[in-house]
Amino acid sequence: MTIGPDYAQAVTAFNRFGLGARPGDLNAAAGDPQGFLLEELWTANIALIRDRAPASGQSALQAYYLEQQQLRAERVRIAARPSAAQSAERAPAMLAGRPGGPIATIPPTALSMATMGPVPPAGPSTAQTPSALAAAPLEAAPPQGSSLASTSAISTGAAPPEGVTMAAPHEAKPAAAKPQPPVVQAQFSAEASARLQKQLQARAGFVERLVAFWSNHFAVSAAKSAELRIAAGPFEREAIRPNALGKFSALLRAAETHPAMILFLDNQNSIGPNAGPGKFAGRGLNENLAREILELHTLGVGSGYTQADVTELARIITGWSVAGPESEAGQPGAFLFKPNWHEPGQRTLLGKTYAEAGVEQGRAALDDLARHPATARHIATKLVRHFVADDPPVDLVNALQRKFLDSGGDLAVVASALVSDDRAWSARPTKIRTPLEFVVGAARATGFSPSDPGLYLQSLNLLGMPLWQPGGPNGFSDMSDAWASPEGMKARLDLAWSMGQRMRGAAEPMAALKTALGETASPETRQAVERAESREQALALLFMAPEFQRR
Amino acid sequence: MAGQRSNLAFTRRRLVQSAGAAAAGVLCGAGFLRTPASAASARDPRFVVIILRGAMDGLSAIPPVGDPDYADLHGELAFASSGERAALKLDGFFFAHPALAAFKRMYDEKRAAVIHATATGYRDRSHFDGQDVLESGYPGPGRTDSGWLNRALAALPSSAHRMRGLGVGATAPLVIRGPAPALGWAPPGGLAPAGDDLGQRVLDLYAHRDPPLGQRLREGLEAQKIAAEGAMPQAKKNPGAGGLVDQMRLAAAGAARLLAAPDGPRVAALAFDGFDTHQNEGASQGLLAQRLQGLDAAFEAFQANLGDAWSDSVIVAITEFGRTARVNGTRGTDHGTGTVALLAGGAVAGGRVVADWPGLKLERLYQGRDLAPTTDLRAVLKGLLADQFGLSERTLAQGIFPDTAPVAPMKGLIA
Repeated sequence: MTIGPDYAQAVTAFNRFGLGARPGDLNAAAGDPQGFLLEELWTANIALIRDRAPASGQSALQAYYLEQQQLRAERVRIAARPSAAQSAERAPAMLAGRPGGPIATIPPTALSMATMGPVPPAGPSTAQTPSALAAAPLEAAPPQGSSLASTSAISTGAAPPEGVTMAAPHEAKPAAAKPQPPVVQAQFSAEASARLQKQLQARAGFVERLVAFWSNHFAVSAAKSAELRIAAGPFEREAIRPNALGKFSALLRAAETHPAMILFLDNQNSIGPNAGPGKFAGRGLNENLAREILELHTLGVGSGYTQADVTELARIITGWSVAGPESEAGQPGAFLFKPNWHEPGQRTLLGKTYAEAGVEQGRAALDDLARHPATARHIATKLVRHFVADDPPVDLVNALQRKFLDSGGDLAVVASALVSDDRAWSARPTKIRTPLEFVVGAARATGFSPSDPGLYLQSLNLLGMPLWQPGGPNGFSDMSDAWASPEGMKARLDLAWSMGQRMRGAAEPMAALKTALGETASPETRQAVERAESREQALALLFMAPEFQRR
Repeated sequence: MAGQRSNLAFTRRRLVQSAGAAAAGVLCGAGFLRTPASAASARDPRFVVIILRGAMDGLSAIPPVGDPDYADLHGELAFASSGERAALKLDGFFFAHPALAAFKRMYDEKRAAVIHATATGYRDRSHFDGQDVLESGYPGPGRTDSGWLNRALAALPSSAHRMRGLGVGATAPLVIRGPAPALGWAPPGGLAPAGDDLGQRVLDLYAHRDPPLGQRLREGLEAQKIAAEGAMPQAKKNPGAGGLVDQMRLAAAGAARLLAAPDGPRVAALAFDGFDTHQNEGASQGLLAQRLQGLDAAFEAFQANLGDAWSDSVIVAITEFGRTARVNGTRGTDHGTGTVALLAGGAVAGGRVVADWPGLKLERLYQGRDLAPTTDLRAVLKGLLADQFGLSERTLAQGIFPDTAPVAPMKGLIA
């Protein structure tokens, strides 16, 4: 595209398409910014998490089922004891409170405390004796020679103080008003940690952005239930990552058959009206998953399908379920096709007839949806909106749609076409970084690498993008206005300040500015950072600078 | 007044003292001092360092109203001994900013003191480097692995195992970081909101570079302000200041309660931001007044929450350097050199302003612009550590403030 190093394009490569530059990255990319992205894209297995991967979703769900069984048994045992009326009630909480990890008993909204250091359990307005005040943080005596940071971490077992609330701009709704059982919390934390490390270590972050894009396209919410909280991370790791650079048909199939999606959109409850005659009186179809497949995952709303198509697809995928804890037909926690729940017979979807073929009937329907021109249009539009502009340039959308169709829905080819198209680079940087891009970008610019994911989760909560917890199946918004709202910008300012404080030891502000923006920073931004009254303020100003926020 | 100032000799300094502290022996005669050993056994000392980030204007915090050149130099920011711009009288030469009411009361009770015309050995004017020097205790910038307060803790005999440190805030100030274990504590309330100063700086940047983002941020900040005022009735009395002052008070109160606990930490460090008053610094109202009000609230909260431990406590508020003696073109002051250190606490030999006052005549100003530093701040800090904890001069000059052997610990700061 250009001759000689192009730092402006390198900044675009990292901010528009990637996760922000780390020290030295701009130099590495400046010679050929497009090639830099393409090189990452074509690296084998680049999207997979293979080092220290968390447990599979299936085994985590099995562990959860086992834990629930033990809790029930314990409850029965205690209830059987004389004079156990009260303690029986408390038993589950006590068991659940047994630490399974450093954050086992802390609800996600309070994860911040893990990184904020000990907090005496009383505000100044509460009358407390000094000794009571000091008890929580002080009893955990620090090991000899430990650093402040590690000492702070010791008290994270303490209950979060009353009255601590996170002023999230959008109500974050993690399903955690009460303490989560250890398996749930441990899995979520491990998944968040693995994802964060992958994002921090990515070379350009283009592939990680694509993973996050697809994860949001096939949105599931961890807020729905304990099972979803377990399965949301595995969903991204098992359904999205292996297919994000493969064929869309494979991605679609993997997403719709993953237990997380089945459970999120209730398909395990959907029963063919004529299935297993007489066995399921009073129960029937649930159209939830079928509707979202058409509206959100493939064709897109307003593309011409009808209610009849929704109902037909719902019938086609009856029997797509998840094996429960007592299942004899399948592995507990895994996808299970239940033939006797499946609506028998041939079905007509979008004018095409599908013969009865059990689970294959649905697979065939998905394959056709995956190669439908409306699906190609829908995906191309969303990709361009996410990466380039809220109002996607039509010619660029057309080009990607064509690539999608010509390649048989090869997502690496489509992604490659996006970053090979000059129109994707020349558009003005009108979009604002999403909270994820902002938080990870700040950490990458300073080389800050937290060992636990608490700050990552807290930051995403505060900015209204709690990890794997969108408000609905349509995922988080990809429009700048959704993020650059007054409360959103205020939250960004507070978080920038907080990150500035935490990251001040990680990098000199001017060095971080050079890392992130090279020579492209405006004189005003450079001056604001230079003239800041402290390192933390300087970093906060860098993070809030238009060049850092816009992409 | 003036006579007294010239009569008292302390090494090479002329000392400015209030009339009440004519018991000069406290300051000068080593015989009046308790020996460190007996001090250590009889007392249970507490020591708090407050870092004021941004370079506090010492000439506004503790205005030398009696200096004939002060009023002209400090222009519209200057205070007077009476009238509309009256400051609080300390010794008749030096006054205190009107926001420092509690500090002035402590001063009158001989429990607060001021060191004026002081600075570390750092003479350039970078905040970052200046704070590194102030907090690390190293002679120059560039080393940020540990702070002098932490190394002081590490140097204490192991029998003083309870002598633990406390770092207040989401991240502990450098001064308390290092090899000795320290506790971390942040005031409740989740994420501390960014201060007005940062908000204003970002808004200024957006005004030049991104007005749409600026509009959104401004609306968000205004909404937040209204919400905060609704939640805190006392904030209404001082619009804009309530949140900030309360934050500073809460941080101090929490730290004080931890320090007061029988087996709690004995040494703490806090940092307050926002003293970089390039614009609209204000006199009795304004940016600096708000911050000083917060600092005053912090002093008061320490006294209120330390309980009996107050009598063994010393709190010292220090800043990386001072500001220009003259007012700049935007009703503020720019980076300077000499400034003040404020001492408060039941253990302070107070009721006096300690200074080798250089005066504010043009030829006496450092580089023709700043209050000249005549007292090495490290002498003050070494003196406090020596008298509170019995650390030897040698230890202080080696590991704690390296390469400062010629800077003798100032004696007599502790009652």
